[in-house]
Amino acid sequence: MTGTPRIGRALPVVAVLLAILLTAGSRAAVAAERLVADLDDHLVAITTGFTGTELLLFGSIQGEGEVVVVVHGPKEELVVRRKDRVAGIWVNREERAFRGVPAFYHVATSADPGTLDLPRTALDRHRIGVDHLNLRLQPGEPAEDRDAFAEAIVRNKIRVGHYGAGTGRVQWRGGRLFRTTVLIPANVPVGTYTIETLLVADGEVVSAQTTPLFVNKEGFGAQVFRTAHNYSMLYGIGAILIAGLAGLAASWAFRKY
Amino acid sequence: MHIYLPIAEMSVNIFAILGIGAGIGVLSGIFGVGGGFLMTPVLIFVGIPSPVAVATGANQIVASSVSGVMAHWRRGNVDVKMGLMLLVGGFFGSTGGVFVFKWLQTLGQIDLVIRLSYVIFLGIIGALMMVESLRALLRARRPGAGGRGKLHEHNWLHGLPFKMRFRRSKLYISALLPIGVGAFVGVLSAIMGVGGGFVMVPAMIYLLGMPTNVVIGTSLFQILFVTANATFLQATLNQTVDVVLAMLLLVGGVIGAQVGTKLGAKLRGEQLRGLLAAMVLAVCGKLLFDLVLTPDDVYSLGLTLGNGQ
Repeated sequence: MTGTPRIGRALPVVAVLLAILLTAGSRAAVAAERLVADLDDHLVAITTGFTGTELLLFGSIQGEGEVVVVVHGPKEELVVRRKDRVAGIWVNREERAFRGVPAFYHVATSADPGTLDLPRTALDRHRIGVDHLNLRLQPGEPAEDRDAFAEAIVRNKIRVGHYGAGTGRVQWRGGRLFRTTVLIPANVPVGTYTIETLLVADGEVVSAQTTPLFVNKEGFGAQVFRTAHNYSMLYGIGAILIAGLAGLAASWAFRKY
Repeated sequence: MHIYLPIAEMSVNIFAILGIGAGIGVLSGIFGVGGGFLMTPVLIFVGIPSPVAVATGANQIVASSVSGVMAHWRRGNVDVKMGLMLLVGGFFGSTGGVFVFKWLQTLGQIDLVIRLSYVIFLGIIGALMMVESLRALLRARRPGAGGRGKLHEHNWLHGLPFKMRFRRSKLYISALLPIGVGAFVGVLSAIMGVGGGFVMVPAMIYLLGMPTNVVIGTSLFQILFVTANATFLQATLNQTVDVVLAMLLLVGGVIGAQVGTKLGAKLRGEQLRGLLAAMVLAVCGKLLFDLVLTPDDVYSLGLTLGNGQ
C-alpha cells in the first residue's frame, strides 16, 4: 500500500495552467484539444475526522457541445439478497451475485439528460445513466428476476449515497468554462476512481478525457484497518491487551472511590 | 465532532458513542450487570453493522471485566477450579460460535440470527426480571408473606458421571455441568457479543447450586477469558473488531459505571429492577418490531467474501 501516487492539491497549478490555456498566446498550441478538464484535488484522504467532502471538477471546451461527466468507483462483486416473510418475520431468501458493479457512480450533464441525443451504444459504452451500468450476474447465477435484483443494487446504492440520485448539473461559467461538484459522502468506498468527461455534439461523443481520483484511507484509521486485515492475529491480541490494560488503568484511576 | 470508525467504516458522532458507553456504564454500575446485552442492540440501533457491534462488544467486555475479576480475586471470591471448568466449556463454545458466525455471514443470515437471539434472550430475561420485581414490590406491601425453599434439589443432574469436588463452592458435582454451562455461554458471547453473566449467574445458583458469594467472581473470571477468546477469533476470522469504537465505549463506560455505583447505593432496589426490566423489554420489543415490520426495501446488498469485510 506504500507509494500510492499522491497527486495532491494541485489547484493553484491547475488554475495557472487553465489561465495559460485560455490566453490568446497559447491558443494555437491546444487547438487540437477540444476538451480540457481537471479536478481540484485528485486525492480524497479518509482520515479520522473525515465526514465527507465535495469534489470540484472544472474545465473548458472549444466549439459547441454539451458536457457529460461520469464518475466511476472501483468495480466490486456483491450479493443482492431478497427478504421474504417466513413465520411473520422477514428473512433473506433468494440471492444473486453480481460482478463489475461500480462501488460509486455519479453522472452530471450540462444539458437536460432527456435532450442528450446520444445513441444507445454510446450510452452503454460510456455507461451514462444507471440503466447503462452493464451490471453482470456472476457466471452460474440463475437469470430469473435478474432485472429486479439489478434495480435493487442501484436503489440501495442511491440510498447510502454511493450513487447519485438523479443526474447532476454541469454549470456553464461564461461561455466555454464549465464546472460541476460531486458529493463524496463519509462512507465513500476506497479505491481508484475514474472520472470521464465527455464532449457531446451532433449526437456523438466528439472528445473525451479521463481523470483519475484516488480515495484512500490515511493516518491512524488506515493503520488500524490495514493491521486488522493483514495481521489479523496480531490485531486480535492487541485488541485484548489494549482492553485489558484500559480496564486496569480505569480501576486504578478510580481506586479511591 | 465526528470520528471515522476504521472497521465499521462509518463516521459517527464521538459524543453519541461516549454517551452510549456512559449510559450502559451507569446501568451496569447500578445493577451490577455487565451491560453487554444492552450495548450490542443499542450499537445496532445507531447503525453500526451488527457483526461489528457483536465483535466489538466482546472486546469491550474484556476491559470492563478485568477490574471486577481483580477485586473479587483479592477477596477470594473466585472458585478457580469451577472457573477453569466453565472456561473449558467456554473456549469450545466461543470457538464454535465464531465459526458458526462466519458461516452464517456467508449465508447472509448473521444479522437475522443476532437479532433473533436478542429477541429471545432479552424477552425471557426481561419478563423474568419484571415478574421478580413486581413480586418483590407486592411482598414489600404485605410483609410476612413468602419464604424460602431449599437451595437446590437433588435431581438427575446429580447422577451425571465425572464427579469432581469444588472446595471453594462446597460442591461435589459432575464436571460436565460447569463445562456445559460454560459452553452455552461461550456460544452466546460469540454470536451476541455479551459476557453472558445474565445467563451464567442464574445457572450457577440454581443449576449448579453454587453459594452466591463466589458466583459473581467466578463468572467474571470465566467471562474475562471467554470474551478475550471471542475477540481474538472474531478479529482473526471475521475482522470485525473495531478497537476505536471499543475504546470510546470503554471511556464512557468507565465513567458511567462510577456514577452508577454511587447512584445504585442511594436508590431503592425493587423499582430500579422493574425499570431495568422495562428497558430490557423495550429493546427486545424494538428488535422484534424491526423483524416483523415490512422493510423499506426487501432487497439488501452484501459484499462477497474476500472483498473487504
